Formats: sequence, structure tokens, C-alpha cells
Amino acid sequence: MSSDRRPLILMSPAILWLFALMVVPCALILVLAFFRRGIYGGIEYIWTLENLRLVFDPLYFNIFLKSASVAGLSAGIACVLGYAAAYAIATMPRRNQPLLLFFAVLPFWSNYLVRTYAWIVLLNREGLIVNLARWLGYQGELPSMLYTEEAVVIGLVYNYLPFVILSCYAPLLRLNPEITEASRDLGASAWTTFRRITLPMTVPGIATGFVFVFVLSIGNFVTPALLGGGQFQMIGNLVYAQFLTANDWPFGAALSMVLIAVMLGLLMAQAVVAERASGLKKGQGNG
Amino acid sequence: MVERKTFRLMLLILGVVFAFLYIPISVLVGLSFNEGGLPTAWTGFSFKWYGALLENDNILRAAGNTLVVAIFSTVFSTLLGTLLAIGVEIRQRNGKWLETVIFAPMIIPDIVLAISLLSFFSLLGVKMGLHTIIVSHVVFNLAFVCAVVRARLKSFDWSIIDASSDLGASTFITLYRVVIPVLIPAILAGGLLAFTLSVDEFIIAFFTSGAGRASITLPMQIFAMIRFGVTPEINALATIVMSVSVIALALSQRLNKGGLPGQ
Repeated sequence: MSSDRRPLILMSPAILWLFALMVVPCALILVLAFFRRGIYGGIEYIWTLENLRLVFDPLYFNIFLKSASVAGLSAGIACVLGYAAAYAIATMPRRNQPLLLFFAVLPFWSNYLVRTYAWIVLLNREGLIVNLARWLGYQGELPSMLYTEEAVVIGLVYNYLPFVILSCYAPLLRLNPEITEASRDLGASAWTTFRRITLPMTVPGIATGFVFVFVLSIGNFVTPALLGGGQFQMIGNLVYAQFLTANDWPFGAALSMVLIAVMLGLLMAQAVVAERASGLKKGQGNG
Repeated sequence: MVERKTFRLMLLILGVVFAFLYIPISVLVGLSFNEGGLPTAWTGFSFKWYGALLENDNILRAAGNTLVVAIFSTVFSTLLGTLLAIGVEIRQRNGKWLETVIFAPMIIPDIVLAISLLSFFSLLGVKMGLHTIIVSHVVFNLAFVCAVVRARLKSFDWSIIDASSDLGASTFITLYRVVIPVLIPAILAGGLLAFTLSVDEFIIAFFTSGAGRASITLPMQIFAMIRFGVTPEINALATIVMSVSVIALALSQRLNKGGLPGQ
């Protein structure tokens, strides 16, 4: 059965769909990046490297660096919080763990815009945090919290934290408790055991969490647009502007191309880490 | 086993993380029932803001559009994704490129797919509207449906297929009478997931909806409203949208779990 053509017939509608509406359009973007922008915003079919050069122009490259630093900070904070939460869940009684995990992931299922909007409600000038401070007796002028870089980082951490909790929990669950017990029996303190045994063995989960949060954050468009205000630009907003307002599609395509390259590079690095980690475990199993 | 001090620390961590996760959305939900609508004072419980939504034509039209997009994209993606999953699992030896193409829609950044599709449709001269949003949503939805159905197929007993054909059933009959019934929980779970993703999806819809307000969807409407500031109506709308996705996904998980043996 496996050698005949029937599975291919089942697969072909979906594969054709993905080919026509994902592979071709994405390839189109790659090609578009090498054409020249027309005077009135259209596309002139003349090859040029100008768009790609412009991406590395300090004016735009700084936005890239800014996006990378915001994404890195968000991913870092999300990993610390997420790992702590996953670790705490893993130490709870076994029967309670599924429920705790369920409630940790539940917010992730609700609408992204809504979750981001919730922070506008908290952070805005008449928002809950300002009111809370007033109620506690704070009289002075509070610094603006909404429309700042910090607000964007908070929003990104908030939106992607459940994802990190999940990716860190899986390796913690698989961790053989006998190994940590052995370490304690041999006289290592709880902290040493954590630092020398638990943490290194669960690094793949942290790496997965970090890379995904970073990748989702660096190209993010909604959170900077809503929590960063009009002034704060990340690469996603720049791409958006090239396509919908500035009408410079080739430059927008070049920006996206570099963005995709960064993302792919990271995802591949993460895959290598994951593969090496699973290879390591197999090796230990044999030895 | 775990020392008391450590246990307390763990509870503290859980408390902080859960507070961080739940306070923002709880505040939002709470405010949507506040009669006065402002975070400054609680003036009484009221459904007033939910009532206001029903009188807002823009919101009703956006909700209607969202429903159309979600239903059509769910039907197409469930069909395509299920067939894809069955084909891939029968074939077994799938090249790396194929796995990549199937996996890519789930991780490709929305903004990249959005601008690619926008460029594609405009260069082809396709007039954009709800139909372009639907075909675009099918791209990522079919990948998710496929992933859910494939997970179910991993525990599928393929010998019943041989049994079916030994007993004289044609390929189509085997598919229809044997494979599909076993897969139904996973197919429904995948369909519900697709429906929710489609209802919630903003960026791709935003780029492929074309100019004008005719084919605006609910997330696009919410995005536009948020940009004009916080209003009690958004709180109510946000609460509804959030409840719909959480309930649909909880149902999807439940269905999927029920279909797996030993769970």
C-alpha cells in the first residue's frame, strides 16, 4: 500500500494549496527585494541590491538592533519567570500538576489583541495602576508607563510566558528523580544539585522557549503598535509601514528577507541544540 | 521529600506567576461589568456595555464577517488537513522538504505570510475581500489540523485497514467507513482549533482584506477601537472574544484527549 500513488492523491490538495499560497508568495517576496521601487510607488523590474544595502543603513539597522534587544530582553525575562514557574509546578504533588499546567497555559488560548489590550487598561494614565498608587496615597506625578519600551517588553513577556512554561516543564518532567536524589545523597546542597544537575539537563527546554519567544517578538507588530505607541518602532512596524503606508514594497521585502534569515538561523540553531541534547540522552542510556 | 522552605518558595513563585498571568485579564473582565465603565470606581454590576455592543452596527458587521471567514476556512482546512495527515502517515517515507512545507505555516511569522500574500494577490490583480482572508487562513489552519490528526494517527492500528481491504472494501469505503470514524475526535478537535485560530487571527486578515471597511473582521475592529483609546465597550467585546476562544479550545482539548487510548 505504501508504494502506490494513493497517499499522494490524498496529500496533493493540501500540498498544492501550501505551494500556491505559501511557497510561491514567500518566494515572490525574496524576488521582490531585488527589484527597484518605481517613482510612484510601484515596482520597476530592474535588478538592484540597493534595498538590501538600505536595510544595513544605520537608520534602519538601528531599528533592527532595537528589535533584537527588545526581543532578547523579553525572551530572557520570560525564560527566568517561565522556568521558575515550570520548576515550581514540577515540585508540586504529581496529581495537581496537570491542573496547574492547564491554568498556566489557559491565558495563551485567549485572543492576542485582548491580552495586549489588558495591559493598556492597567498601564494607561487613568488606568488601574495609577489609581492604585493614588489610593495608596501617592500624590506626585507618575511617570508615563504606557507607550514605552518597558510596556512593550511587559506585553511580550505576558503574551509568551505560557509558551516558555510549557517548553521548560517537559524536560523537567522527564528528569529522572534518582539522579537528583543521588546528588543529594552524595552531599551536594539543593542549590548545587539544581545548578550542576537539574539546570544543565533542562537547557534544551530553556533554549526552545528562548528561541521561540525571541522569534515571535522580533517580528512582532501588534504589541509595539499598541503598547509602544506611535513613536516606538520595531522591525515589524517598519515592514508594515513599507507595505501599507510608505508604499515601498521592494524595501519592505528586503527588510522581511533579513528578518526571515535571522529567524531561520535561530530556529536551526535551536534544532541543533535539541538534537544534540537528545543524542546525549541516548548516549547516557547506552552507557 | 521537598523541604518545607523550598516548598514555600515554590508556592510563592507560583503565586507571583499566576497573579501576573491572571490579574490583567481579570481586571478587564471585571471592568466590563462595571456600570460606570471606569476603573476609578465600582458603581455597580451591569450588562449595559454588552447591550451597547448589540447596538453597534460596525461591531455586528465585523462579527458577521468573522463568522463567515472562520466557518469557510475551518471547513476547507479541516478537509485538506485531514487528507494530508492520512496521506503523510500512510506514506511514511516523507522527505525533509515535505515535512518542512507542512510544518512551516505554524512557525512562519504572521507578518511575513501577511505581506507575502498581499504582494501575491496584488501582483495577480486579485480583488481582495473576505474570500482572500479565507484562502489565506486555510494556509496555517490546515497545518494545525494536520498536526492534530497526525498525532492521533500515531496510535492508529493500521492492521484494521488491511482487514478492511481483505474483506473486500475499496480504498474509498475503507477511508470513509474505517479511517474517518476512528479519527473523528481528532478531526473535530482540529476543526475547533482552526475555527478559534481563524476567529482570533488579526495580521493576515488585516493585510489581505483589501481597502475599505466592507470586509473588516472582529480582531481588526478591536484593533481600530483600541487605537482610539480604552472604552467600556471594548472591555465587554474583549471579554466575549476571550471567552469564545477559551471555551472552544478547552472543548478541542477535551475531544482530542477522549480519542486517545489510555488517557
